[in-house]
Amino acid sequence: MADSDLLLDIRDLRIDGKAGDDWLPIVKGVNLTLKKGEVLGLIGESGAGKSTIGLAAMGFARDGCRISGGTIDFDGVDLRKSSQDNLRRLRGKRIAYVAQSAAASFNPAHKLMEQYVEAPVRHGVMGRSEAERDAVELYRKMQLPNPEEIGFRFPHQVSGGQLQRAMTAMAMSCRPDLIIFDEPTTALDVTTQIEVLAAIRDIVEQFGTSAIYITHDLAVVAQMADRIKILLRGEEVEEADTRTMLADPQEDYTKSLWAVRSFKRSAQDAPKSEPVVSVRNVSASYGPVQVLDDVSFDIHARRTVAVVGESGSGKSTAARVITGLLPPTHGEVLFDGTPLPADYRKRTRDQLRHAQMIYQMADTALNPKLTIRKLIGRPAQMYLGLRGRKLNERIRELLHLIEMEPDEFIDRLPSELSGGQKQRIGIARALAAEPRFIICDEVTSALDQIVAEGILKLLDRLQGELNLAYMFITHDLATVKAIADDVVVMQKGRVVEQGPKEEMFRPPHHPYTDLLLSSVPEMDPDWLTNLLEERKSKDHPTSADA
Amino acid sequence: MGMIFTLLWIAVALTVAMALALGFRKLATAATRGETSRALRDAPLTAAFGMMVIVIYLIVAILAPLIAPFPEREIVGTQFQPWTAEHWLGTDALGRDLFSRMVYGTRNTVGIAFATTALAFLIGSVLGLLAATVGGWLDQGMSRLVDVLMAIPSLIFALLLLTIFGTSIMTLILVIAVIDSTRVFRLARAVSEGVVVMDYIEAARLRGERLPYLITREILPNVTAPLVAEFGLRFCFVFLSISALSFLGLGIQPPTADWGSMVRENATLITFGDITPLLPAGAIALLTVAVNFVVDWQLYRASGLKE
Amino acid sequence: MTLVLRMIAQRLALGLLTLFVVSLLIFGATELLPGDFAEAVLGQAATPETVAAIRRELGLDQPLVLRYVDWLWGAVQFDFGSSLAQRNRAVSDLIATRLGNTLFLALYAAAMAVPLALTLGILAALWRNSLFDRVANSSALSAISFPEFFVAYILIYILAQGGWFPSMARLPAGADLGEKLYRAFLPALTLTLVVTAHMMRMTRAAIINLLASPYIEMARLKGMRPSRVIVHHALPNAIAPIVNVIAINLAYLITGVVVVEVVFVYPGLGQLMVDSVSRRDIPVVQAVALIFAAAYVLLNLTADVISTLSNPRLMHRK
Repeated sequence: MADSDLLLDIRDLRIDGKAGDDWLPIVKGVNLTLKKGEVLGLIGESGAGKSTIGLAAMGFARDGCRISGGTIDFDGVDLRKSSQDNLRRLRGKRIAYVAQSAAASFNPAHKLMEQYVEAPVRHGVMGRSEAERDAVELYRKMQLPNPEEIGFRFPHQVSGGQLQRAMTAMAMSCRPDLIIFDEPTTALDVTTQIEVLAAIRDIVEQFGTSAIYITHDLAVVAQMADRIKILLRGEEVEEADTRTMLADPQEDYTKSLWAVRSFKRSAQDAPKSEPVVSVRNVSASYGPVQVLDDVSFDIHARRTVAVVGESGSGKSTAARVITGLLPPTHGEVLFDGTPLPADYRKRTRDQLRHAQMIYQMADTALNPKLTIRKLIGRPAQMYLGLRGRKLNERIRELLHLIEMEPDEFIDRLPSELSGGQKQRIGIARALAAEPRFIICDEVTSALDQIVAEGILKLLDRLQGELNLAYMFITHDLATVKAIADDVVVMQKGRVVEQGPKEEMFRPPHHPYTDLLLSSVPEMDPDWLTNLLEERKSKDHPTSADA
Repeated sequence: MGMIFTLLWIAVALTVAMALALGFRKLATAATRGETSRALRDAPLTAAFGMMVIVIYLIVAILAPLIAPFPEREIVGTQFQPWTAEHWLGTDALGRDLFSRMVYGTRNTVGIAFATTALAFLIGSVLGLLAATVGGWLDQGMSRLVDVLMAIPSLIFALLLLTIFGTSIMTLILVIAVIDSTRVFRLARAVSEGVVVMDYIEAARLRGERLPYLITREILPNVTAPLVAEFGLRFCFVFLSISALSFLGLGIQPPTADWGSMVRENATLITFGDITPLLPAGAIALLTVAVNFVVDWQLYRASGLKE
Repeated sequence: MTLVLRMIAQRLALGLLTLFVVSLLIFGATELLPGDFAEAVLGQAATPETVAAIRRELGLDQPLVLRYVDWLWGAVQFDFGSSLAQRNRAVSDLIATRLGNTLFLALYAAAMAVPLALTLGILAALWRNSLFDRVANSSALSAISFPEFFVAYILIYILAQGGWFPSMARLPAGADLGEKLYRAFLPALTLTLVVTAHMMRMTRAAIINLLASPYIEMARLKGMRPSRVIVHHALPNAIAPIVNVIAINLAYLITGVVVVEVVFVYPGLGQLMVDSVSRRDIPVVQAVALIFAAAYVLLNLTADVISTLSNPRLMHRK
């Protein structure tokens, strides 16, 4: 590789992670090159080793990890052979890092400015007052509100989206040659994400900085990267420039990644029977704070209602009211036309049985000390009075239903299952009660996309077979497109808009629905550019990111 | 010279202890099977040493009458005899055999401390689990009460209560157990609180499960590991408190053989350069060190397994 | 700011309330005495006259609430009535000089233990899993496991045998500071050893907990020196945990003092308390218990307030 403009050249990188007393390989011989001014997207599901590689590009390994092989050549220097002192002189000055959670990565004890000037002053790039002036300049470029003043706030006084931009500005403070972005927008809501993405892309372009952009979101990386490398369990799958990769993936794994967004359930004919569950004018509050304001919607058998909104919109609270965990201050919930008692403790066993719930985090939703047999068996035993051989048969039947082999799994503990399998057990537990209605609370958002698709297909199949009514709580519009029949859009505790999916995805929309819909990144690499121009020309109101 | 000699002794003692621990670990690994055997094989030497000491203490406590050459409370010689072939550790101020009293002391001191800790755990963990699961006023009330009780230093509180109720073994056990149960309550409540907020508890509640099922089937299995580790720590603490009280003459009363009071009764010998009174104190220290080593290992394992 | 002031005021009020309830407990405990207390105290010497005298002295012939108010009012003015064992001596007389001695011993030990423990704890955290860390940790674990009197007698055996330090820590009246420091050295060293072990382990744990924070990793990724990472990034956030560690251990000193004073025949409150317990000298026991509890509550209160003041989230609201 005789390229003179080569900045980073990683060869045969191997990294081990500590598991108990043994070292297991996490990264198994990855090559990576980056030219000056280029942005490389690193994509992979959890466990692919992408963050570990990102940190290794700084010559850094977290506690419990070690770089065990290969070379990391940064601008002619092998970082693996450099002394700690030399590495320290590079970090922050020539290679900078932007972390996933800005809220956790800013030191809570110091003001933003204090943390901004640290690198330039300590590395001797500029004096303090110069650095402060520069900070204001960069804050302005990052479109932070009150750029003169925001630096003198503590991290907890600034919102998540703003912090992430302030962190990018901080990474830019020494005008580094390379920035590692480690999932910088994963923790943000979609409407906030757009602004951060735009700001990051802008500033990287302006200064001609090279970057490694790490994410699990294909659509995001399509906007940011010139080239994309795909990783799977510590190994490279393939690499190509962004447009080629999107248009013509070579490997099966890549194709399956691309395909997940194409799942769409067959359209349901609307049987418009009486609704199974109706929420009628429900208002609710936590203490003095009102979190639901006059919310109404219906859920019918064999149909899926997707409740969509960003964090704080009240979508999960609505589920808590339906299940009776949070009695409403006003309004009621009807089941088959009869009102349910507001408090779950006052509901009959049958009322409890017919409304089941599947949780977002299967890890916390399954008791880690109970076997699959007990987890699934308990509801069947309790509600349906099954005992002994009948119970055993029912458990096996349920496992077949969720496509898991009973002999293999029935006596395992949840910790012996993968994320997707755990979520299937969560589904089986809900089915064991033989309910008519299931609330699915962000059931796929903690899962990798391919696994998530499997869960969605399973739920879709079960709905048809068992006549179920679903309420699907999600922030992910791709999931909505895939599985919903009806959509309820919520914002700040109110229903902004609702109706059948076909109508909802067709304009005209309520302005908030529009903002939400247009903010979901698409696989088209020009999507962000076009969107920003469109919004500028329309002078669209940007989201309230205060 | 004396210093060098002492250091030499410490080095020899450490080497012997390590060798013994090594042997014990081999033996224990061979005697057990499967998961336990693997865990034992990977145990650090400190933990192996700890387990060995605990096993030895248990054997001595159980077989005390067989091991001790003389009865516990009988005067069998003249006062303050030096170490002889007949009286291995000499005799005390009344002429009782000190070695035999050491052996019986294992049974008495350790037994009482164990009973006290068990009682403290029963009270503390039941109430702590209940407070965390039920919540509301019950939780508030019990937690505030425990706050106040914990605002009095435990040894001082024990002294105050012993003044009032007198110093029989039964009151000693009850007083220390009640005082210590406040600490157990705090931990049990905190740990259960962490479990109670889990979705699977919410799921169980929404399923319509009743309180006893919730506590025994859903919560208890998830809090036993930290509670068991805490049991070791609390045992050390109780053991030391009781020994301290006995040493002060306010705990286990004569003529019952007990290590704390043995130190007190024979303390004057130290100023004459006789280390005999240090032996019961050392016996206390050794067991506490042993338990702490094992607990430390268990805690380390628990934190390592979590990842 | 007003919010912080209000929080501190709340803590103070809570501390006072706790102290009040504690005083109720300490006083009320006497009411739990089985049978007639006067008879129990006097034992065989109980004649109707002496019993009546004791009852009068303790005010047992008056209603409970009145006696409590009386006692508390006296306690606030450092007047605890008179001792039962040593007739005609005011409890406050017995306590006054001894309180000073105990405070002296506790401060002496704290002055040695706190810097030592913090340094060792921070170093062990910095070099964790090194040989230093392992040795420090195992020794600390052993030291924690030793009964105070064991440590004390070992020190006597090693240091007092050679005649370097006195094993009896009597403080003659009018001794100057150097003399006092010399005489109280062994008890202070005993307390230091025991407390340092605890404090070191807790400091280490608190710092390690902190070093796992993403912002510490960020500071390292910004190319900051390890010393700066510790001093500038970790320490400001460690104030609250470290202050708590210190408070817990100083509180532990209060209890530890009792045994150590007895071993070294040191004329402090602990010694007095133990003597009074065996004599069942209730007024003295009550007074000393109240003083110890007050010190305990005060320490925790101080730690609470300092933690609050060191938290930027509380000091600078949104």
